[in-house]
Amino acid sequence: MTTTASRRLLTVYLPLSLAAILLLFPFYWMLITSIKTNRELIDLSGLPFWVFEPTLEHYRVLFAETGFLRWALNTLIVSVVATAISLACSILAGYTLARLRFRGAGPIGAAIFVTYLVPQTLLFVPLLEVTRQLGLTNTLWSMILTYPTILIPFGTWLLMGYFRSIPRELEESALIDGASRFRAMTQIVLPLALPGILSAGIFSFTLSWNEFIYALVFTTSTDIKTIPVGVVTELVKGDVYFWGSLMAGALLGSVPVALIYSFFVEHYVAGLTAGAVKG
Amino acid sequence: MRAEAREHAIAARPPLSIGEVLDRQGVLAYVLLFPGLLILTVFIAYPFVTSLWLAVTDQSVSTSGARFIGLENFIGELGSQIFQQTVRNTLVYTAVTVVFKLVLGIALAVLMNQSFRLKNLARAALLLPWIVPTALSAIAWLWLFDATFSVFNWLLVHSGLTTRGINWLGEGGWAMTAIIIANVWRGTPFFAITILAGLQTVDRELLEAASVDGASTWQRFWRITLPLVRPVLLIVLLFSTIWTISDFQLVYVLTRGGPANSTHLLGTLAYDVAVRAGQLSEGAAISLYMFPVLIVCVVALLLYLRRSSTT
Repeated sequence: MTTTASRRLLTVYLPLSLAAILLLFPFYWMLITSIKTNRELIDLSGLPFWVFEPTLEHYRVLFAETGFLRWALNTLIVSVVATAISLACSILAGYTLARLRFRGAGPIGAAIFVTYLVPQTLLFVPLLEVTRQLGLTNTLWSMILTYPTILIPFGTWLLMGYFRSIPRELEESALIDGASRFRAMTQIVLPLALPGILSAGIFSFTLSWNEFIYALVFTTSTDIKTIPVGVVTELVKGDVYFWGSLMAGALLGSVPVALIYSFFVEHYVAGLTAGAVKG
Repeated sequence: MRAEAREHAIAARPPLSIGEVLDRQGVLAYVLLFPGLLILTVFIAYPFVTSLWLAVTDQSVSTSGARFIGLENFIGELGSQIFQQTVRNTLVYTAVTVVFKLVLGIALAVLMNQSFRLKNLARAALLLPWIVPTALSAIAWLWLFDATFSVFNWLLVHSGLTTRGINWLGEGGWAMTAIIIANVWRGTPFFAITILAGLQTVDRELLEAASVDGASTWQRFWRITLPLVRPVLLIVLLFSTIWTISDFQLVYVLTRGGPANSTHLLGTLAYDVAVRAGQLSEGAAISLYMFPVLIVCVVALLLYLRRSSTT
């Protein structure tokens, strides 16, 4: 008995603990840095892994003296609206590609999949020009309208899989009974695809919340920035780093996605692995 | 079949109401696809064409009219030392991180595929580096790699391994090492979770049968498990290659491409040239150098998906 127990310690719990320490240490570091006093932060003689005089001063500075709350509101607005637009488009497109027979279905499906693989760094330069032509520069709309290009291809791909897994007969019998295709879709197919829609929604929301390069390039004024861009560009003044407030901002900016994700981890993983495992 | 029969019945009876027209699949399909395709056209297809146009002109933020200059931008970059260095950096960064992420990801997935207590909690916690905003976790790494206050240096010095700390972000080779460490930290959970999902589809009876036939753990992994999850590995590798080659955030936050361009990637160089220096055309050309690699990955994925859907 003891040999199996020690064997399991060696093959399971020891390597797992090591992995957990390596993967979670930066978060612990963010947390303790954000509650250390400035004096303790630059004290090289003490033990750096613990906080001896915890303080909330950096959080006070973050809320009272920076645009953090404004950035948080911006990030929320952009993420919610971009997710809503993307979900609507993805549901319609996913349903169409999974269910309807029409000319061009193959090429359109492939084209949407290809756009999923287009990285933001390939297109941010021309998009800067395009948003300028459309008069969107330095507005929340520049992000609300461009984020769906990252979200729709993924959402369509994911939901197409869900719609395909719903038996056609359910819908066809409703059509025979005289329901319109719209009613068949909203009352039969959509409720059954709810887990998929939830996965796509959570994934879209976290991707929007985390987006950086478009938000960095399209916005210039402080009150239009999102959390990632605001924290990175505004809390560093010249060469002076406000480490405590930087960490407080980084931590608080990470908490919403971490919370949403921890409530819906199954859906998130389903979204993450949909392409890879089903594909 | 029944739905099609119904459609023919409708088609033979003009005039049609809007509702009836929409019940025809060919029309309905394009109506439903319209909003998504509109957004993708305006903000992906059109910018892509704009990008090609920009790259063959000499447009900058300060000039109003652009002049066609052919492939001058592309050729000019090839001769530039900074660009050559950037391409080398991008290749090294991508190759090294993808290999590490793959090996560590497989190891972590195999580890997580065992049964143990608090498994769901462990799985949720281990994915955290992947789900939080990269720009924000990069700030933690910026502090972890600080020249004076790096906790790694504290450990190195206090354990007596070195007398002076490493200037992580201030010296070329170490700066590349630092961004590689941060990227591997961020990307390994994605590999692990996706590969884990693949491992869970492997039939346990197959492994038990092999075990009865005398195959060692290593043989079972190498001969049975790995070939079975190969499709998943391939897809994860292609995705990660695309994401890593086009990476931006980690480098932007940690080094801005420095010191002396030793960590510039194509994305960060394009940003410096197009946004900070205002040379839009040159920046567009630099970004477009990602395109060939992207095409190879996309074609590989499409071919693979077509093959797996026909068999």
